[in-house]
Amino acid sequence: MTGTPRKPSARSAAADRLRAAARRAPRIAKADLKALDVPTLWRGLIGRQAGLADRIVPRTGNSARLTVFAAAVMAFLAVFALALALATGRLADRWAEGLAQTVTVRVSAPADEMEAQTAAVTEALRTTPGVAEIRPLPSDEVEKLLEPWFGPDVPVDALPVPRLIEVHTTRDFDAAGLRLRLQGEAPGAVLDDHTQWRQPLVSAASRLRLLGWLSLALIGAAGAAIVTLAAQAALAANGQVIRVMRLIGARDLTIAQAFVRRLTRRAALGAAIGTALGMLAILALPDMQPAGDFLTGLGFTGWGWLLPLLIPPLGALVGFAATRAAALRMLREVR
Amino acid sequence: MIEMRDVAFAYPRGGALFQGLTLSLPRGSFHFLTGPSGAGKTTFLRMCIADLLPTAGKLTLFGQDAATMGRDAIAGLRRRVGLVHQDTQFLDHLPVAENIALPMMVAGEPIDMGAIRDLLAWVQMTGQARSMPPALSGGERQRAALARAVILSPDVILADEPTGNLDWDMSLRLLQLLVELNRSGKTVLVATHDLNLIRAAKQQVSARVLRIAGGRLQTAGAEL
Repeated sequence: MTGTPRKPSARSAAADRLRAAARRAPRIAKADLKALDVPTLWRGLIGRQAGLADRIVPRTGNSARLTVFAAAVMAFLAVFALALALATGRLADRWAEGLAQTVTVRVSAPADEMEAQTAAVTEALRTTPGVAEIRPLPSDEVEKLLEPWFGPDVPVDALPVPRLIEVHTTRDFDAAGLRLRLQGEAPGAVLDDHTQWRQPLVSAASRLRLLGWLSLALIGAAGAAIVTLAAQAALAANGQVIRVMRLIGARDLTIAQAFVRRLTRRAALGAAIGTALGMLAILALPDMQPAGDFLTGLGFTGWGWLLPLLIPPLGALVGFAATRAAALRMLREVR
Repeated sequence: MIEMRDVAFAYPRGGALFQGLTLSLPRGSFHFLTGPSGAGKTTFLRMCIADLLPTAGKLTLFGQDAATMGRDAIAGLRRRVGLVHQDTQFLDHLPVAENIALPMMVAGEPIDMGAIRDLLAWVQMTGQARSMPPALSGGERQRAALARAVILSPDVILADEPTGNLDWDMSLRLLQLLVELNRSGKTVLVATHDLNLIRAAKQQVSARVLRIAGGRLQTAGAEL
């Protein structure tokens, strides 16, 4: 056997290292178990520098950019879906609130009976439970209501315009009971509780709100699907990495962690970019308030501006869960 | 450490590769595994790390029945076995030192650069720490693979045709490294069809030769 020219000190040091490693063996197993629970995995993901573990999977520029881009698009859409859900929610709440708390009594009668009928209606309203406030609409307000049809300076007094009484109600107000009572005491009075025109709007707004939340859920699911596909592609392209890691004793979670960390960070980065752009786009939308009460503006108000900030961490969470599931599923096919 | 009792193995849609294998590799032993190409030497080694399971018989690895081992237990087992693979599998995008450090990372150990430097010196690759695996020669790759195999001080070293692509001098150098490991108490099993290598080991170590042929394991019996 040919001897190898080596320094004895190096050989001895190597032997010492090997012996030291052997003594550490029980601690290795313990540390390994401790290091692989999900919270630790998560801490590893958000850690600034994961060192060698971060470099196990070779970097692939194009797929990385595509994952970031897809996550950004999803987050951008999510911001709009969230804005839609919140805006329609506000609209539905306001209409539902208005529907529940105001009614109008319209008094139609010949001119000589108008005052008597109005007085009878007012009296009936005063003694009706659930009526909080009665406000006969003054002529100038009626004029304003008619202006779109008859133009300015409507001679309200000269027209056979019904008298309108706005009634603010409380929760125990009984519209059907009042309607029956008015039929007896003031036959010319008609109670309009706005159901006919507001109920479909409230229903439409509620459905729009539901659609907004559904869109958010679908965007989340689509994002998870995209990240899953990216993870599967990355795993398939790195079969050699997986084989080598398994051969040297890597557990599935250890290998998965390398892929999960990479893709979760990309998903989080993309979601942050998309969210920022989406919020800027919402901010740039014209303010709809002056245009009327119907559209109060697709956007956020007050604390609502904080809600989109949840999208990046949620995006990261979706990326984390989707990649982890895909990686573990795929790794089980490799012994 | 590794025990087989009436072990048989057959690949799916293939005939029986071998059957009736019974042997025991005790701690600190040195074995050569020989046999013609295709006899099943690599399959045998893959069974020793539970990469393949016997289709019949009982395989016990470090006291555990291989058939009942979970995936995490198999991973733990592989950390106690250093494998020098026929194809010296590296992550080609990482430098040699980081490839050698991988088992430490996998085991949750802090990366011990001192140990890596010592091992590189031991395999005479000082100065190659930053080289990329594709730039290494066949002999360097085999020695780097050996360094990686022993970084966690495993109980067993398995080497699959470690000298297959090496010239004679390099083969002897690698053999000596394996002998040194055996002298430090490691169990060593070397699969090779190179009888000259086995003869060359004669002066260095007390080893037994196992031969797979005709689907059976023949124990040469005589120590070299």
